[in-house]
Amino acid sequence: MESRAKILQALSKKFTDHPAPLPDVKAFPPTAGDPVDKFEFILRGIGGRTVRVSSYTEIDEYIAKEYTSGARIISLVKEVAGSAITPDIDPHTFENVDLVVLQPHFGVAENGAAWITSDRMGDRALPFISQHIALVITTDSILHTMHEAYEQIGNADHPFGTFIAGPSKTADIEQSLVLGAHGPKSMTVFLLSR
Amino acid sequence: MKVALFVPCYVDQFYPQVAIATLELLEKLGVDVTYPESQTCCGQPMANSGFEHLTHGCNDNFVNNFSGYDYIVCPSGSCTLHVKDHLHATNETAAAGIRKRVYELTEFLTDVLKVENLTSHFQHKVGLHQSCHGQRGLKISQMSELVSAPFSKTEKLLHMVKGLELIKLSRTDECCGFGGTFCVAEEAVSVKMGIDRVADHVTHGANYITGNDMSCLMHLEGILRRQQSPVKVIHIAEILNAAE
Amino acid sequence: MEQKIQDHAILADKFNKDIPRVDWHDKTLWFIREKRDKAAWQIAEWEELREAASQVKNNVLDNLHDYLLEFEKQAQQNGVTVHWAANAEEHNRIVHAIIKEHGVTDIVKSKSMLTEECHLNEYLQQQGITVVDTDLGERIVQLAGEPPSHIVLPCIHWKKEEIGELFHQHLGTPKGNADPQFLTAAAREHLRQRFMTSRVAITGVNFAVAETGEVVVCTNEGNADLGVQLAEVHIACMGIEKIIPQRKHLGIFLRLLARSATGQPVTTYSSHFRKPRPGQTMHIVLVDNGRSERLQQESFRNALKCIRCGACMNTCPVYRRSGGHSYHYAIAGPIGSILAPGLDMKKHADLPFASTLCGSCSNVCPVKINIHEQLYEWRQVLVKSGHVSPVKKAGISGMAAVLSRPGIYKVSGAVGRWFMKYIPALVNNKLNPWYKQREMPAVPKQSFNEWYRQNRKQNGKQS
Ligand code: SF4
Repeated sequence: MESRAKILQALSKKFTDHPAPLPDVKAFPPTAGDPVDKFEFILRGIGGRTVRVSSYTEIDEYIAKEYTSGARIISLVKEVAGSAITPDIDPHTFENVDLVVLQPHFGVAENGAAWITSDRMGDRALPFISQHIALVITTDSILHTMHEAYEQIGNADHPFGTFIAGPSKTADIEQSLVLGAHGPKSMTVFLLSR
Repeated sequence: MKVALFVPCYVDQFYPQVAIATLELLEKLGVDVTYPESQTCCGQPMANSGFEHLTHGCNDNFVNNFSGYDYIVCPSGSCTLHVKDHLHATNETAAAGIRKRVYELTEFLTDVLKVENLTSHFQHKVGLHQSCHGQRGLKISQMSELVSAPFSKTEKLLHMVKGLELIKLSRTDECCGFGGTFCVAEEAVSVKMGIDRVADHVTHGANYITGNDMSCLMHLEGILRRQQSPVKVIHIAEILNAAE
Repeated sequence: MEQKIQDHAILADKFNKDIPRVDWHDKTLWFIREKRDKAAWQIAEWEELREAASQVKNNVLDNLHDYLLEFEKQAQQNGVTVHWAANAEEHNRIVHAIIKEHGVTDIVKSKSMLTEECHLNEYLQQQGITVVDTDLGERIVQLAGEPPSHIVLPCIHWKKEEIGELFHQHLGTPKGNADPQFLTAAAREHLRQRFMTSRVAITGVNFAVAETGEVVVCTNEGNADLGVQLAEVHIACMGIEKIIPQRKHLGIFLRLLARSATGQPVTTYSSHFRKPRPGQTMHIVLVDNGRSERLQQESFRNALKCIRCGACMNTCPVYRRSGGHSYHYAIAGPIGSILAPGLDMKKHADLPFASTLCGSCSNVCPVKINIHEQLYEWRQVLVKSGHVSPVKKAGISGMAAVLSRPGIYKVSGAVGRWFMKYIPALVNNKLNPWYKQREMPAVPKQSFNEWYRQNRKQNGKQS
């Protein structure tokens, strides 16, 4: 604890009597245009796929077409087919999961990101360990900017939450973009309009 | 309007024609110009090397020479910026006045004289090297890093010159690598930067490389001449004063 | 400063022995700078965002004491253990103690510039702990036994053929295969095994929110998340300046960070770690290591606003042509050059001079650090503290003497065109470094001063 006291002591020396004020975050406007179009455009630009659907059945059909019957699919969206998970299961056992289907709270148009919290992940490891990831986002939940996103998140007390924008990727080898660095090799977002 | 001409030391020594062009150009525009003869230097070579504390004598001399004018005009963005940012002297009131009244040549033409026409003629393809201190320091033109509306005081003037064709560059405002003592202390990088800058102009068809700062142009000229290139450097004052 | 053998100029000179490689390095980084420009232009309010980010960070620096206490309280309420380290050494000891407590010898670590600054890997290695860096770029330089050359793009100086060879040696990939897709897949396999077996994961921290006690970690690869979510212990290491006041301020920084860094609209993952997963323990190590001292230095304190985006490196014409290793410090480029001398002036006295002061760095910086002005200020401080070669000191003193006396100036000018005489003399080099690859300017018949006396004063004009 000695260092704690030492550091705090060093920091307690006021540098100025007029500390810089905080800016007004609300001053930033939403982006122009239809957020759903923009979300789709941006997400595709960063390696994500988007599929516009109007029912959960369409999502099931799409997944059935893309994955063989032997694939291990976990769905945390009750309307979408896939196995559920039992609580307190060792996350290492998800290593052979081919696809995880999750439902984020919302998407963000300006950067193609989706906000998802641990209560919707089944297990926190799932969005990262699965070979592929699919998200179901209702079109009316897509926000313009990150400012709106944090306004929406507000003071919610999530143990863990993350913005996911596309498949895991790297460009560390000579700046050539490779999808599927450590996490999912693909991300499909089902844009569900009701 | 009483204007003092501030001639950077290396221009005085190596490029007198630039100072002459500046003087003639200002005179043509009807300005009453004086050249205070005991001037030496703005002190930048020392200060940028970390020896700002040794510039007192030089600064006092500067203040002695340039007090009492409405404007001080200099054909160098870098020296102008240095005076603006760092001129302090025994007579601090006089120094403060000078810091406010010192102008780089092109900004003096566009902002104070509000020049809209020139009679100059220069029938060549010209590349503009935007020296960093003028551009980023004095804000003579928009900077490629910033999300802001385009403008360029220098280009505005060059567009008034008959016959002049301004070429486009791949990198509009990359540093040439002169950097004062950097040019010798970091010789390898300095030269490489200069070679790259020259190549950008040459591949885009420039016959001349111009700019607001003769120091950068001296560095680029050194490289061009070593390459035995036919491309020449020319200070913007010489173009604006040209009656070819 | 006694001339160190390997200062920036010498290392840069070596780097420039291979010109095609310099060109390649320059173009690769310039390409990223251009992507950054494109991304920035997508946001009409970009400059206002930079201003807002700068204001938040200024506010943090002015109130760091209070924010840290708030953060600590919140984090503890979240079930996180908070540690305080006064310096690098203490940080390393704390991390080691946690690892030892869990009886672990193999750990994974995602990117953290702080742990680079503290040389954590070397320290843990000495204690018999194997650290695997899981960011692909960091893993590559780690296999090669090198430090990263860039804070965001650790192996930007490596060509794919060389990485192919490295992987052939270390991971047994087929010789001659240099396909980035293939090599990334091989690394994925190799690192998956580590993720699956490692019980301790270390991460860096991009932002720590005082209001909530959560830490935010941004990656593209997902390596931080995979490491943490499969481990029993999460250790997050951060400099004390990483604090931001409230959650809503993340909106500003997450909009700026990736766009500035790589031109992406956001990193693939921006993960908010607030509470450990059930059964897991989470530690946060708050590190000072010179920061509280720097906060009291008017000219240099705002370098602590840095969010480590790397934009100043990508835009720096010197960095692009000298490579990250020429800066011989964990953080290279313009920001490294103003941070390093704060830690050890003598060792890093060369860095503030490794710049033309062009100012491009300050213009791209998302938190508006006046980097080039600080480089100038550091030069003054270094010289005053005696970190300057005697040759240079003598040269500049001579120059200053001449320039303060117009009489002598005129004489020495007329005789020798003193400029070219003085400038090259500033470096301790028998060969005139100007002339090596450049012609000297032709000496005119007369100086302007002489011309003026002849042509204007004769015409009756008085000065
Ligand atoms: S100094 Fe600014 S530009 Fe450089 S890494 Fe830090 S935040 Fe980015």
